[in-house]
Amino acid sequence: MAVSSSPADLSAALVLQPVAALDWLVILPVAWCLAVGAVLLMIRHKSVAQPLVAVAALAVLVGLDAALLWHVAQNGPVTMVMGRWLPPFGIAFTVDLTGALFALTSAVVALIGAVAAIDDINASGRRYGFYPFLMLLMAGVSGAFLTGDVFNLYVWFEVLLISSFGLLVLGSEREQIDGAVKYGFLNLVATTLFLITTGYLYGIFGTLNMADIAAKAPGLQMTAPLVTLTALYTLAFAMKAAAFPVNFWLPASYHTPRIVVSALFAGLLTKVGIYALIRIGVMLFPAEREQLSFVLAIVAALTMLTGSLGALAQSDTRRLLGYLVISGIGAMLAGIAIGSPEAIGGVIFYAVHSMLVMTALYLAAGLAARLSGGFSLTVSGGLYRHHLLFTALSLMLFFAVSGLPPFSGFWPKVMLVKAAIDGGVSWLAGILLLSGFLTMIATGRVFLLAYWRPAPAQTAAVPQPLAITALLPILVLTVSSVLIGLFPETLLNLAQQAAATLNEPSAYLNSVFPAGGAP
Amino acid sequence: MEPVLAVLTGIFLTVAVYLLLSKYIIRMLLGVAILGNAVNLLIFTSGRIMREVPPVIGAGLDVPAGATANPLPQALILTAIVISFSFFAFLLVLSWRAYSVLGTDNTDAMRVAEPDGVQPPPLGY
Repeated sequence: MAVSSSPADLSAALVLQPVAALDWLVILPVAWCLAVGAVLLMIRHKSVAQPLVAVAALAVLVGLDAALLWHVAQNGPVTMVMGRWLPPFGIAFTVDLTGALFALTSAVVALIGAVAAIDDINASGRRYGFYPFLMLLMAGVSGAFLTGDVFNLYVWFEVLLISSFGLLVLGSEREQIDGAVKYGFLNLVATTLFLITTGYLYGIFGTLNMADIAAKAPGLQMTAPLVTLTALYTLAFAMKAAAFPVNFWLPASYHTPRIVVSALFAGLLTKVGIYALIRIGVMLFPAEREQLSFVLAIVAALTMLTGSLGALAQSDTRRLLGYLVISGIGAMLAGIAIGSPEAIGGVIFYAVHSMLVMTALYLAAGLAARLSGGFSLTVSGGLYRHHLLFTALSLMLFFAVSGLPPFSGFWPKVMLVKAAIDGGVSWLAGILLLSGFLTMIATGRVFLLAYWRPAPAQTAAVPQPLAITALLPILVLTVSSVLIGLFPETLLNLAQQAAATLNEPSAYLNSVFPAGGAP
Repeated sequence: MEPVLAVLTGIFLTVAVYLLLSKYIIRMLLGVAILGNAVNLLIFTSGRIMREVPPVIGAGLDVPAGATANPLPQALILTAIVISFSFFAFLLVLSWRAYSVLGTDNTDAMRVAEPDGVQPPPLGY
């Protein structure tokens, strides 16, 4: 077929130069997870090979994300466009420090979860696809952290949500079905709200590229209902993150699946909601978030208080930890409500800390239940007597989650409290400290009852031996928490740089539109 | 055409919210199905409604001759339909399973994961 027109100028529509070798790192984490997930699905009956392949693949993923973080820290935000179309038309993957840092942390958490699952997930769980679901979950999580397109973000949310459904019902016990019904419906409503808002966004902006939106938003403030958009997005992401009035799906479902699954969910899923909220509220619509900041501050305070008071009332350690997840979400929301670069730096730091420590706490609760005969605080006890190292690690984790030095929870809390006082919302700083104090009481009681108290007479007979493989994941996570607490400098700088890039996204925009400015 | 579709979307959303507020899972499922369609209509409307004008650029032109409908929202809807269909299928199976295992489709009676009357943690030992 001969086209009888002058040769078109392709450079106006397509990226003509080949993608630099290092820039492939932008898409590799997602592609790798999808590919390995497909392979694992094919070999799902080989229950011995599954964990080996998955652990190796996740170790590679950690390497990829670490390389990506290094690349972004050296060279600033990196963009890759699918199908070589020029940015606002092609779907862009744009990685800045925030995305790369979150992606790396989530990969570490997933790797540790996969190692812990060797013990926790039996052959039947493997046959029903634990590891493929885990890899697809990581594809969704990585995609959400790395994409630079709002609709694409929605798609990755759905990918991780459908994988999380699979993980949640793995085992099909009555409790799990019950929890999954509530989790499923409420998360579906949240993602649908996300989609509705994205429809409105496209109607207003005519583009879905985040950089393009960030560049066009200031010009549309007078004529378009951007505050409505921001409010709808905030509600959708707050629901995903389990913020106060829309948090009820989390305590209803997070304690029902296998403990490794709970640990992974606590580490990964709610933080994706926080990440999306940072991206939308801080980078795309900062002026509109400013208008909502009082509402956000109230929501944050109520979320923190619901979380820590709820934790005080629970006698099942898994449910108690679910409420601590909510309390942590409240602290991060408080930072987003304050909105200054220092506060956002604190939020990013807190999210990294929370991913590591919440995962470790769930794994520790699972191990404690296995050693002492149950999750209920009314029957457990006697761990201190036989398992000194495990007790010490758990105590460190309890301190870390309460925000005490010298553990990883201390520094982000300092940053958030300082930002709250500097931002003129001292009452929010007071709530932050109060929620930390209540968390300390709740976790202190777990320590007292499950660890310190002598074992009840009927269960004290045989102290079970503790395999080092069961302790290893908790050990690694606790050590990293201590190291972050003792040497916070690197992470602190990264978080602050990431927050600065979000606050002043010119580097992000330049990466997407190298010529300078949106077309 | 747009005002009609906007009103229709509003009616769909109202019906969906009303059904989702029900205690009974079977009604909530209907609400989910209608909600998905409401969103699809909403995105469809946001991309201009035109009749029988293909978005094809003629020879020798740089832009389409007349106004055409934006094809991108239709691509978005296609994605959203696939996703909401798979979600609906999952929730349908999950609800059936919940009904057969828990013996009820009343969410108020589903208290297996969060049982009533749990003892608070002991205050000391």
